[in-house]
Amino acid sequence: MEKPLAPRESRWREFWRLFKRNKLASFGLVIFVLFFFTAVAGLVFTSGPNPFFDPSMVRLEEKLRPPLSAPRGNLSPQAIPWSGVYLLGTDELGRDVFARMMQGAWVSLTVGFVAVGISVLVGILLGGISGYYGQNAVTADQVIGVVLVIIGIGLFFAKAFASGAVLLIPGGFWFVFSPRWKKKWRKAREVGWTKILSMRTMSIDTVIMRFVDIMLCFPSFFLILTVVALLPASIYNIMIVIGLTSWMGTTRFVRAEFLSLREQDFVTAARALGVSSGRIIFRHMVPNAIAPVLVSATIGIASAILTEAGLSFLGLGVPPPHATWGNILADGKNYIFDAPWLTFIPGIAILIVVLSFNLFGEGLRDALNPRLREQS
Amino acid sequence: MLSFIARSGVQKIITLFFVSVISFMVIHLAPGEPSQVNPLNPKFTPEMVERFRKQFHLDRPLYVQYGYFYRDLFAGTTVSWKDNVPVLKKIWERFKNSFWLFMVGTILTWTLAFPIGIRSAIFRGGIYDRGMTLFSYFLISIPGFFFAYILIILVVNAFHVPVIGMETFGLGTIPWYRELMDRTWHLLLPSLLGATGGIAVLSRYVRSQMLEVESQDYVRTARAKGVPAEQVHYKHALRNALLPFVTMFGLILPGLIGGSIIIESIFSWPGMGRMAYEAILARDYPIVLTENFIAAVLVLIGTFVSDVLYMVVDPRIRL
Repeated sequence: MEKPLAPRESRWREFWRLFKRNKLASFGLVIFVLFFFTAVAGLVFTSGPNPFFDPSMVRLEEKLRPPLSAPRGNLSPQAIPWSGVYLLGTDELGRDVFARMMQGAWVSLTVGFVAVGISVLVGILLGGISGYYGQNAVTADQVIGVVLVIIGIGLFFAKAFASGAVLLIPGGFWFVFSPRWKKKWRKAREVGWTKILSMRTMSIDTVIMRFVDIMLCFPSFFLILTVVALLPASIYNIMIVIGLTSWMGTTRFVRAEFLSLREQDFVTAARALGVSSGRIIFRHMVPNAIAPVLVSATIGIASAILTEAGLSFLGLGVPPPHATWGNILADGKNYIFDAPWLTFIPGIAILIVVLSFNLFGEGLRDALNPRLREQS
Repeated sequence: MLSFIARSGVQKIITLFFVSVISFMVIHLAPGEPSQVNPLNPKFTPEMVERFRKQFHLDRPLYVQYGYFYRDLFAGTTVSWKDNVPVLKKIWERFKNSFWLFMVGTILTWTLAFPIGIRSAIFRGGIYDRGMTLFSYFLISIPGFFFAYILIILVVNAFHVPVIGMETFGLGTIPWYRELMDRTWHLLLPSLLGATGGIAVLSRYVRSQMLEVESQDYVRTARAKGVPAEQVHYKHALRNALLPFVTMFGLILPGLIGGSIIIESIFSWPGMGRMAYEAILARDYPIVLTENFIAAVLVLIGTFVSDVLYMVVDPRIRL
């Protein structure tokens, strides 16, 4: 009798072999890594009390100098850039564009990563709940509790603290204690009006998916714009808002993957062995469902960087003193005829980085596609 | 079919209700009040602010404001807080301008994306396919306004295409064909820019859909029978590859509002997107909320149309 054979190559190796065949994607990966190191170098060299490159050093007599021009006039020694020339020129305040680009690389990268991190977290959480626990029904008492808590929070925001607290306290109590009470109550017979409370209303899956539908009704850029314009300008608000308006795709992917995974034999086996739900989800199902999430996350970072640039153009981007590629570009456009480098350097930098993210993401999708794997 | 329409109608109305609640909350719970927009303006005396708040029910609790707002919206009597002009009239004015931009952009997208995608799929891996792949990634990845500025510099210098507004200022009375040409000329660049992203995405999608169909057994059979290549591509493959695109007709509707804010700002195009942007900055909540509501209605109509179309073209689908 033949022994079962282990796969000849590990999954990672196979993925890497497939990925390398795609030249555009490999190019994307290289640029991605380079960008990452530039961003880290930018963080190291441009922050701190006495930075290597000072992105905020204003030299009014040296404004709008073209790239590679040497400093002139009598500047103080610390105003002269470390490289001896303005590598990428100076802007309308005489700030060194190279230093600002270095700083902006890190800020743009964080905006992209944090925004996508938020959207992926929300997406996996909601998609996972919806896919794994989706068949469970929401009972009427749960609906009432959630409504109480939401209205309570709403009243707090509307500065009606007393009535908010009146609603929040029973709602909060319900959240904390109802699982325990329910265990006790299950032994006792349900009588009379309590039956209404445990009535099944709709499934968790329905609730989450309807919520996704509701969120998809908002035109995303319009929603982002509204929230960013109404909230006080800050880099964190932009990250959070972009993240909280882009999780719907991930939720749908994860839900679809979970729905098919939970019916598979290895999950049934794990459940039969008495593995806890949490362990099944995070140890067995999430690693198998992560592929499409990774792809959409990579492309999501690209579009977050583009969204930030678009917001900067409308004057609602990351506020100073943070430099991002988006706001360097948006500021530079006013000088497009006098100082074209202020527009073209950040513009082309964004183009290359976003392009590399997109190519890398598409390459990832192809390499993780099982149908393509079988062909080779 | 009827039961599907009724069911989805009810579902969509519930969705719309929640959208209206959420957008109302987002706008009203944000810090700051519309009556405080310009506290330094000497005309804004406390009595003025008080009158303003009273007139627009801002002194009432939020749920009462919500009731008032949507009652006025459905009665069509909502007015802008800035100039007391009815919101629906304002939006209708802007809609007429946006509509042409949207129509020309959509026609450009659909007429260009299909030939590009189909050709890429037929000559898969060739120089054309690779070039187009790279080019569409390029179009997806470039920041819209950066691309617009490059185009403006190139095109304005070379062809003198106008880039500001909808018509040449101060033309006076001119024959209608001159006016038409002037309008078209102004429409050219903004609609082309609005279409670039769509062309790139849609042509990639057409390509992958074609490749999917071309690798199926019946296409191979057709080829083996000796059917001419043209006929295989266009009769056997393309017709089936077109199925999912029928549904996309419904999904382009929402682009009328959301997709055009940046383009309209660049070209000073007096459209809906730009009005929304200006209203957001001025905290003119009725306009923002109404536009948001219309956008949500468009999304819901779009998905409904695409569901119905899918049922019509694909008899296997039963909803």
